Amino acid sequence: MDTTATYNDTVVRQFTIMTVVWGIVGMLVGVLIAAQLMWPQLNFDLPFLTYSRLRPLHTNAVIFAFGGSALFATSYYVVQRTCHVRLAFNKLAAFTFWGWQAIIVLAAVTLPLGITQGKEYAELEWPIDLLIAVVWVAYAVVFFSTIGMRRIKHIYVANWFYGAFIITVAVLHIFNNLAVPVSLTKSYTIYTGVVDGMMQWWYGHNAVGFFLTAGFLGMMYYFVPKQAGRPVYSYRLSVVHFWSLIAVYMWAGPHHLHYTSLPDWAQTLGMVFSIVLLAPSWGGMINGIMTLSGAWHKLRSDPILKFMIVALSFYGMSTFEGPMMSIKTVNALSHYTEWTIGHVHSGALGWVAMMTIGSVYSLLPRLYNRDSMHSIKLIDAHFWTSTIGVVLYAVSMWVAGIGEGLMSRAVNADGTLTYAFIEILASKYPYYGMRLVGGLVFFSGMIIMAYNVWRTVSEKKPVPVAVMDPA
Amino acid sequence: MDVNDFRGLLTAVTLFAFVGLWIWAWSSRRKADFDASAALPLEEDNYMPNNERENI
Repeated sequence: MDTTATYNDTVVRQFTIMTVVWGIVGMLVGVLIAAQLMWPQLNFDLPFLTYSRLRPLHTNAVIFAFGGSALFATSYYVVQRTCHVRLAFNKLAAFTFWGWQAIIVLAAVTLPLGITQGKEYAELEWPIDLLIAVVWVAYAVVFFSTIGMRRIKHIYVANWFYGAFIITVAVLHIFNNLAVPVSLTKSYTIYTGVVDGMMQWWYGHNAVGFFLTAGFLGMMYYFVPKQAGRPVYSYRLSVVHFWSLIAVYMWAGPHHLHYTSLPDWAQTLGMVFSIVLLAPSWGGMINGIMTLSGAWHKLRSDPILKFMIVALSFYGMSTFEGPMMSIKTVNALSHYTEWTIGHVHSGALGWVAMMTIGSVYSLLPRLYNRDSMHSIKLIDAHFWTSTIGVVLYAVSMWVAGIGEGLMSRAVNADGTLTYAFIEILASKYPYYGMRLVGGLVFFSGMIIMAYNVWRTVSEKKPVPVAVMDPA
Repeated sequence: MDVNDFRGLLTAVTLFAFVGLWIWAWSSRRKADFDASAALPLEEDNYMPNNERENI
């Protein structure tokens, strides 16, 4: 049989299953460190269980293991379906799967051991960074070769988003991690002082912009129309907001460095571009919501669509909140407070995780030759745990953060600070509890998902799918 | 030409590119292609018949 006659769904299945696995692992670590903020003794005085080492493990696991696996899985699926061609290079595609899993395992070992570059979201040391670069280039080769072999004239918009995500993450990763190794587990960045800060947040914010936004918009542009059974609302809008988004995002990084030694003009530049970013971000949200519009009656019976509409709503909210927080005067209140944590999680849980979960529920039955997931009721239960969990999480951190910001800037008539650090910390304590509950509720939904996924994939054997004829 | 001329030029070029992008995207000649593309996710898979299932 002609091997190009079927789609390569093996690698898609592998990444999809690992998305669920790493989601559970990453969120479990998140729940643990949330509990540690309430009860510090939960580190049991073991170095590898301390908050400082588990926090980067949590962020790396949810962003790169959970989110990354979801992006690999869906991009490989979407590029084949929308190009009417089998994924290029079977072995290289398999290498990206095993390579990415190896990187995740290495991260899970080295981060608790305290081996770190000390750069947020770029903690992994240089040997792992090299492996990431190799796997990522392989990913780019597989993805773009598939596009090159497409049997459809136009490159579908989801692939543009995935493609921008793949190229940009390669550039960001390589340049932010340029370092001088001094041993196998230790290196020093080649950048110094504020230039290092600028590089780090150019990387950090574009990790948000391209890993967590462009990539997931690619996911949105395939799975929302698919699940709603309606074409993309405005394809023209998708073209314009794609180019605007990628042109503007690059410049927003300095808003992470307001009121630091970064030159003032650079801070202002970052702020202005962050505000402009509202327009292309909302272009995506409006296009997604309008695609769902007209399928509202399906929301009653399809919890997958509910995941997607809530994800788009959170995307809209956090891309409004982000530009607002990047304004210097707002940032003076919000920066270094729990508000940032609330903002990040309304994006990460509300947008990224809920879009991923909805897409996995939509994708998995197709990968395993079934009409639907094992249980629609359990998807609905998962939807409500996710929604309640993220709302509890975000609200508690907003309240804690705004209070923290106000208390930090309060001064007495004689100019001394009104509140000591410990008083501010004590004020946040109840909200740490509420956040932990929110995290636990969200996490419980992932357990429901794991059961549902297991029942779905264990009941029927996957079947190869024929590549569609050229349009 | 110093670097500031280049910066001004870049701003102008970007502005025209942006306006051009709108004109290109909203041109009626694009409509048929765009409509076809917008419907791409709605295609459904063809599962292989049983006798060809050995190669997944």
